[in-house]
Order: sequence, then C-alpha cells, then structure tokens
Amino acid sequence: MAAAQVVRSEWTKIRSVASTVWTLSLAVVVTIALGMLISALSKNEFETMSARDRLAFDPTFISFAGMSLGQLAMIVFGVLVVSNEYSTGMIRASLAAVPRRGTFLSGKLTVATALALVVSMATGFAAFFLGQAMLGEHKASIGDAGVLRAVIGGGLYMTLIALFSMGVAAMLRSPMLSLGILMPFFFLISNILGNVDATKKVGRFLPDQAGSKIMQVVPPLEDETPYGPWGGLGIMALWVVAALIGGYVLLQRRDAQ
Amino acid sequence: MIEAVGLTKRYGDKTAVYNLSFQVRPGAVTGFLGPNGSGKSTTMRMILGLDNPTAGQVTIGGYPYRRLPNAPRQVGALLDAKAVHGGRSARNHLLSLAQLSGIPARRVDEVLGVVGLHDVARRRSKGFSLGMGQRLGIAAALLGDPQVLLFDEPVNGLDPEGILWVRNLMKSLAAQGRTVFVSSHLMSEMAVTADHLIVIGRGQLLADMSVTAFISANSADFARVRTPDTEPQQREKLSAAITEAGGHVLPEQDGALRVTGLPLPRISDIAHDSDVRLWELSPHQASLEEAYMRMTQGAVDYRSTIDQKEGLQQPLPPGTQPPLPVPGQGQPGWYAPPPAPPGGQPFAVPQGAPVQPPAGPYGAQGAPGAAPGAPAPNPYAQPAPPAPQGPAPAAAPAAPPAADLTKPEDAR
Repeated sequence: MAAAQVVRSEWTKIRSVASTVWTLSLAVVVTIALGMLISALSKNEFETMSARDRLAFDPTFISFAGMSLGQLAMIVFGVLVVSNEYSTGMIRASLAAVPRRGTFLSGKLTVATALALVVSMATGFAAFFLGQAMLGEHKASIGDAGVLRAVIGGGLYMTLIALFSMGVAAMLRSPMLSLGILMPFFFLISNILGNVDATKKVGRFLPDQAGSKIMQVVPPLEDETPYGPWGGLGIMALWVVAALIGGYVLLQRRDAQ
Repeated sequence: MIEAVGLTKRYGDKTAVYNLSFQVRPGAVTGFLGPNGSGKSTTMRMILGLDNPTAGQVTIGGYPYRRLPNAPRQVGALLDAKAVHGGRSARNHLLSLAQLSGIPARRVDEVLGVVGLHDVARRRSKGFSLGMGQRLGIAAALLGDPQVLLFDEPVNGLDPEGILWVRNLMKSLAAQGRTVFVSSHLMSEMAVTADHLIVIGRGQLLADMSVTAFISANSADFARVRTPDTEPQQREKLSAAITEAGGHVLPEQDGALRVTGLPLPRISDIAHDSDVRLWELSPHQASLEEAYMRMTQGAVDYRSTIDQKEGLQQPLPPGTQPPLPVPGQGQPGWYAPPPAPPGGQPFAVPQGAPVQPPAGPYGAQGAPGAAPGAPAPNPYAQPAPPAPQGPAPAAAPAAPPAADLTKPEDAR
C-alpha cells in the first residue's frame, strides 16, 4: 500500500519537472544520431579496411557507438532524479511523509528505473535499426545469432547506467558532486583504464567496460576478456547493487538534510 | 501530544540541543521561542524523525515519528518553505506529497483554496514570492488534515495580512482540538498567537509556561516617580511613605523611584500627604519582547560587536557634549529594568546587580555611569543628568546645564 503510494507520488514528481524530458530525450537523440553517423562513416570506410579489421567488423556494436555519449545524459537523468530531493530540501517533506526510508528510496528508484528502461529499450532498438539502415550491405539482421541479445542488452546497459547513477547520487546527495565524479569517470577515466595495457586487466571490470560487452556480437580479435556477454552485464549489475546498497544504508543512517 | 524527554543532539563537538524535555498539548497553540541558532529547527526535525537524536527521545502520541502508524495523516509540518523544486507547479508539488501519503487529489485543490493559491496553482513555484512560498508550505502541512501540526517560522516573509491570516489559522486549528507547535524568534508575534510558550536558548530549556503566566511574571506595571533632584531627603521621605502604604520601591540609577503595587493616584495622594513635590509620575509597562530578550540575553549566539571604525571618527571639538547613548542591544539599560518581584519570579535580573559596561555598538561612547534609565519613553520626564557623570547619581550636580534640557528630544 505504502509502496504503491510512493510509486504514484514519484511518478507525479518525475513527470512534472522539465529535466526528465530534457535528459531522456537528449539520451535518445544523441545515442541514435551518433550511432547513425558512425554507422554511415563505417560503411564508407569498410572498403579501405584491412582484412583483419573486416573480420572483426561488428555492425551491431557500431550502431551502438552513440551510447558512449548518450549514457552521459542517462547519468544526468539518474543523478537529478535522486539529488533533486536534496538540493531543493524536498527530501525533508518526503521523508516526513514516508518515515520508512527504504520504501521511499525503492519507490523512487522503481519509477525512475522503469521509465529509464522503457526509454532505453526504445533507444536500443531504434539505434540498431537506424544504424543498420546506414550500414547498407554490411548490415546485420535482428535474426542473426546474438544480435537480439545485443540489442536488448544495449537497452539494459543504459538502464543500469541510470540506476548506478541513482545509487551514487543517493550516497553523495549533491548533484554537482555526483555529476562531477560520474561524468569524467564514464567519459574519460574508464576508457583510459580500459585501453592502457597496464591497467587493462582492472579496467575491464569497471561497470561500463564490463556492461558494454553485451552489445558485442562479433568479439574483437585476440579477445582475452575473461567473461561472456551476460557475465559482463552481471559484473555491471554487481556494481549497481553495491551503489544501491551504499545509498540505502546511508539514507537510513544519516540525518535527512 | 508531542513529548520530548532528555532530547540531545550533537553535531561533532557542537551541541545543538541539550537535554530538552517538554510536552506540547492538544487544543492549544504552543509557541517555540528562541534566538537564531538556538536549536528550534533541529528540535523540529527530530520530532519528525528526520534527524536522529544523540540522546533522549521525542514521541508523538507515544510513538517515535518513524514508527508512528500512518504518520503523514497524523502530523503535518512546515519546515522550510523554500524546500520545493522550483520547476514544479504548486499543484504538482502538493499532489506528489498527497500521493505519498495516500491523500486523494481533491484534497490538494481544497488546501490550495485554504491558503489562497488557487490562481497560481499551475505556475512553477520558482516564481513565487516569499509569502507565496510560505503559503505553499502551510498548504503542504494541512494536506493530511493532521491532528498534530508543526510550523517552523510560518510568518517569515508574510505581509501583515498574511501574518494575521496565519495567526487566525493557528488559533482555529488549536480550537479544533489539534496540537499546534509553532516556532518563532518573535516574542511579540507569539504573545498574540500562542497559549503556551516553550523558550529555549543555546539548545536548553529556558521556560515552559503559559503565555498568561509569562505575561504576569514579566510585564508587571510600574510607576516611575521622580522627586526634585535638589532635595534628596524628599526622596527618602516618599520611599518610606510608599513602603508604609504597601508599595515596593526600587531606586533607579538616575535617582528616580520605581514603584510597584500601588496605583498612580494613590502614589500621588501619598506624596501630597507627605508634602513631597513630584517632578514625574508616569505609568510604565515592561513589554514581553523586553522580558524575552532579557531571558535569552545570555543565550544569543550571534551578537554584534563594537564597530572598529568608531576610532576613525573625527574627535569632537572641545566643549561639545558627547552624543547621548542610543538605546540598543547590549546596553543593559535598554531592557526595561525588571519589575519588582512579586515572589518567585524566575527571570528577573537580580536586584542590585552590578551594571555591566555597555557592550553595544554605540554604548561604548557613554560613560560607565551613564544612567540606564535615561532613554525612558517619557518625553516629559526630567532629562537625565549629562552623560559624563559622577559615580554617585544621587549626589549629581544640582541643576543640569541648560543646554542639556533640549537634548533628549534630539536624541530620540
């Protein structure tokens, strides 16, 4: 009963602020548009590619290239959904209305995650089909082995990114601090750690590096990744669970400031 | 019914609230008074289970808030009127709170009407004035039609009409048998709104009494009587006669007498009978604000200090009088000296307490002996002897300089 009330209230909250529409539509547009652009460029480049590169050519993964930028908008969405409560002070009214803080947090995360999932799935499929249309004769078909898994996985990946951001924001409370940590981490640090040889072994266990494995259909040559597509998504899910537990524990313990 | 027992809250090594115990009863408006930073808001947050007490506990109807069944329908609170997402409309803000508590949406429109925000219900709260924000916060507190209401500084930023509205709202809520707990730092506001007062300073309880008790304890009427300065023996004579007639006499710094327990005509008669001339016989009343400030004087966290720029002023040309001290905070005489104790009066400054050197921004200019009673509100009173004055006021020069007679009007 209380959970249903929280869900209804959170739906009102999330639909009544402009930032929801802005961040989510930005995530959709950037992911799809950048995916289409890179798909189109790849099609033109295919002729000049070496045989090795042609072997590792993964049309599905290429159509998801926009996700590296689109996920940043998803992070903003996840951070704002949670930290808005703190930056406005609304959290005091919310927790006074729902003294059981676990119920409050889970209700908020449920609504935001459900919305993120719907948007992410739509984005995943749209990015795939539009990207394949750009690729012309090199395109993959949704019926090919592993492709449907990669497309659904792309939607799950974006959702998990948003959920991870919500957990981090619940821990840090401040939107500036949360964004200041998450944005550079996912945009730069994770990529650097994952591509520098010295840190590659650690870097591939970071949430986005592990999670994006699910979007690959054709594995890169000399792939040494010790986990499969679902294993990678599992590692990412563990990160998300850790962030959520941290957020929950801190919310329970702390004064609601 | 709100009940706090030994409530203590520490932030690091700063103690915000210390060993606070009080009860807030239904059917009355209970004012929660204290200077800024005295722990009022912290206490309010602890009542709502938002902050965890370091020690002690506070319960509503016997339950700590976080275990109170159906809490939002039982307790409504205005904590911070600015705690609103500016991009959300007033109606959506209230709707989300209502849904959180399982309150039907129709109630949202009802409370919007109650607080008079119907016309702006669909506007973003970003553009709201301070007063509109307060009304929105009050609307949120009323949503659940709760039996217990908490308001943290509800009149902040309201215009006089809004203040009157809040005052009447509080009273009518209490008249319906609800528990109404209102914090404020304005004694004058609480004196007309509240039935009961809880006063804290530096996080500790200073007073827990009804407003009527507070008024009778702290604002006793008194008469100021002044006999000719030239004849000190007349003063002694009158004192004796008044004491004989059952009045209390307190000598004031400037040589006047403060008389309690006798009506003015009776004092006049006694003076006439004892053949004493009077230069002044005036009625006075210590205001509640003064009594409250006297009570919290030692518990103010933020106090202004002497302006160091004072030294940059041009030295006064020789021969001119230094300006009279302007009444201001920190100057002991600013608060009306306490009324005569009718017995067991907890907050009066002890009689005969040594006069502290003035600490206020302008007080330093006055000589230490400057009569604290001088800035009395009676313009017809004999002006105080000039500021740089001998230590014994009773033996002051016989006639004040003529130039000084024009001074008080300017000084006020």
